[in-house]
Amino acid sequence: MSIFLNENTKVIVQGMTGSEGTKHTRRMLASGTKIVGGVTPGKGGQVVDIDGHQLPVFNTVAEAMGATGANASVVFVPPKFAKAAVIDAIDAAMPLVVVITEGIPVHDSASFYAYSLTKGTTRIVGPNCPGLISPGKSNIGIIPSDITGAGPIGLVSKSGTLTYQMMYELRDIGFSTAVGIGGDPVIGTTHIDCLRAFQDDPETKAIVMIGEIGGDAEERAAAFIAEYVTKPVVGYVAGFTAPEGKTMGHAGAIVSGSSGTAQGKKDALEAAGVKVGQTPSETARLLRAILGR
Amino acid sequence: MDLFEYQARDLFEKHGVPVLAAAIATTAAEAEAAATKIGGKVVVKAQVKVGGRGKAGGVKLAENPADAREKAGAILGMDIKGHVVRTVMIAAAAPIESEYYLAILLDRSNRTFLVMASVSGGMDIEEVAHTAPEKLAKIPVSAVDGISAAKATEIIAAANFPADVAPQVANVLVKLWEVFQAEDATLVEVNPLVKTKDGKVIALDGKVTLDDNADFRQPDHEALIDQAAENPLEAAAKEKGLNYVKLEGEVGIIGNGAGLVMSTLDVVAYAGEKHGGVRPANFLDIGGGASAQVMADGLSIILGDKDVKSVFVNVFGGITACDAVATGIVQALELLGSKATKPIVVRLDGNNVVEGRAILNKAAHPLVQQLDTMDGAADRAAELAAK
Repeated sequence: MSIFLNENTKVIVQGMTGSEGTKHTRRMLASGTKIVGGVTPGKGGQVVDIDGHQLPVFNTVAEAMGATGANASVVFVPPKFAKAAVIDAIDAAMPLVVVITEGIPVHDSASFYAYSLTKGTTRIVGPNCPGLISPGKSNIGIIPSDITGAGPIGLVSKSGTLTYQMMYELRDIGFSTAVGIGGDPVIGTTHIDCLRAFQDDPETKAIVMIGEIGGDAEERAAAFIAEYVTKPVVGYVAGFTAPEGKTMGHAGAIVSGSSGTAQGKKDALEAAGVKVGQTPSETARLLRAILGR
Repeated sequence: MDLFEYQARDLFEKHGVPVLAAAIATTAAEAEAAATKIGGKVVVKAQVKVGGRGKAGGVKLAENPADAREKAGAILGMDIKGHVVRTVMIAAAAPIESEYYLAILLDRSNRTFLVMASVSGGMDIEEVAHTAPEKLAKIPVSAVDGISAAKATEIIAAANFPADVAPQVANVLVKLWEVFQAEDATLVEVNPLVKTKDGKVIALDGKVTLDDNADFRQPDHEALIDQAAENPLEAAAKEKGLNYVKLEGEVGIIGNGAGLVMSTLDVVAYAGEKHGGVRPANFLDIGGGASAQVMADGLSIILGDKDVKSVFVNVFGGITACDAVATGIVQALELLGSKATKPIVVRLDGNNVVEGRAILNKAAHPLVQQLDTMDGAADRAAELAAK
């Protein structure tokens, strides 16, 4: 089992004909993802050859879904056009839309997220995220597929490279699904959504939750864990040394006043019974101890 | 980006939010000229991006232009909570009858926009929210629907504004929404919004935060950047397209990915506790595509920081493989030549790590040493910085 995607997930790539889209389509195909086509408005009807795969290009997500049966989309469209691309996918009732694009104005992401709620048929992951992977089954986004294999750990993280780092630390154990939810102020899928799905996924035995400064998503996740999650959870929070008022790379990673501090998040998680590591390696050791490995 | 009050005022005016006549001055003479032009009593207000300037003596009423000159002279150059006053705003004085509060902001927790409105304006709104939450109305606004005239009327009624000003306040709210949306703001705040003795509703002081991600469609926003306040290293990094934040410390940091770099800062600070309290000197995320040029740019910024005693390069090879990163480091050191003078601790892991480490071993640069783990490398970098 896995969450949000599996070996049968059929994926279309919005922005496949762009340089980033082509590069990552190649990588996703190499890791076994079922890519069935792409969407680039105005280039419908073309067929692109990527490493021997003949991939049809469509003008809209609805056309692509009709022709290919796709049930997931991954967005590599530049910030300027990202909102239109996501709205197109929502209008087509695409079940899963993974938005990799970095640098989308928050008015645009707030707008497409609000729009997705009015339709109620699309789960958005991201934006500004590395995507999600169930090793050996499917890989939607830019997470390297060769770090580790399938296993009992579920991982949810705001950060891409910390996702990779944690998968690497625990590579001998393996993961059911790792989800990079993104570091922007408005994201479609939260820690809580992933925690719920991991709790309900029989193959996930333990959960790693990685957070970072900014907002109150981790505090909310802590409250949710206390209420709903019975599987063991270990946590890590990045940004203890971040000063107030300085944005640390992610558009959402900012400490303002007393809110959004790493210490506050760590305290909230620990109060919910989550063991929180001081470094990524210590966090990995905590998880090993829980699984007896 | 946070704006100065006068910049917020100008954006308000541009979108039809009622404001008072005002001008800015950077010298006492300019302040006098501005006061003459405005006429009557004026208020001289320090332009700093920090709260509490009134209590610090940064806001003064001036009776006439000569008085404005004197007050501006006293305020310019003042240090308010570490912010030096370089500019004052000279604004017409208004006879105030009531003070209100009105703001539109991004509500991250609920992933929507939010209007906050109160008839108890003027004071610290966080204090109101804390001590008398019933006096602060919080009403979510859908990013899809926005604020129409009808919605504004509904919000102002919910916030219990008196009937005589409600239509005017609702109109201000519609205009503020226009500022919020058209300027890609994440916060527009008016505090206080006042009713004058002759019954007019005016935005007396404002705060605006703009979304940097929207710069590509907001060409006018570049002019709003406060060049004087920018750290020179941060400005140089921005010019090179690097995501760099200067911090107070001795260990220069380069990494890939915002989360990993934040984590690296923490791990270095923990390690530093054992080495005389050394701290990370900066945040620098070179991103996914760590080419030789990006690495050289990053290293030269960090080596240009006189506080830096050692450098820690912490990279997890994902899309960019470790061999490419290692090649980048070697080429960067070639480009920098004798300008590279500080020890560099490198930790590589992930994609093509064996090849990457081999490249650095082969180059055998005297300043570079490799460690296998993030914690071990952080400890070494801290140790070297403490020497």
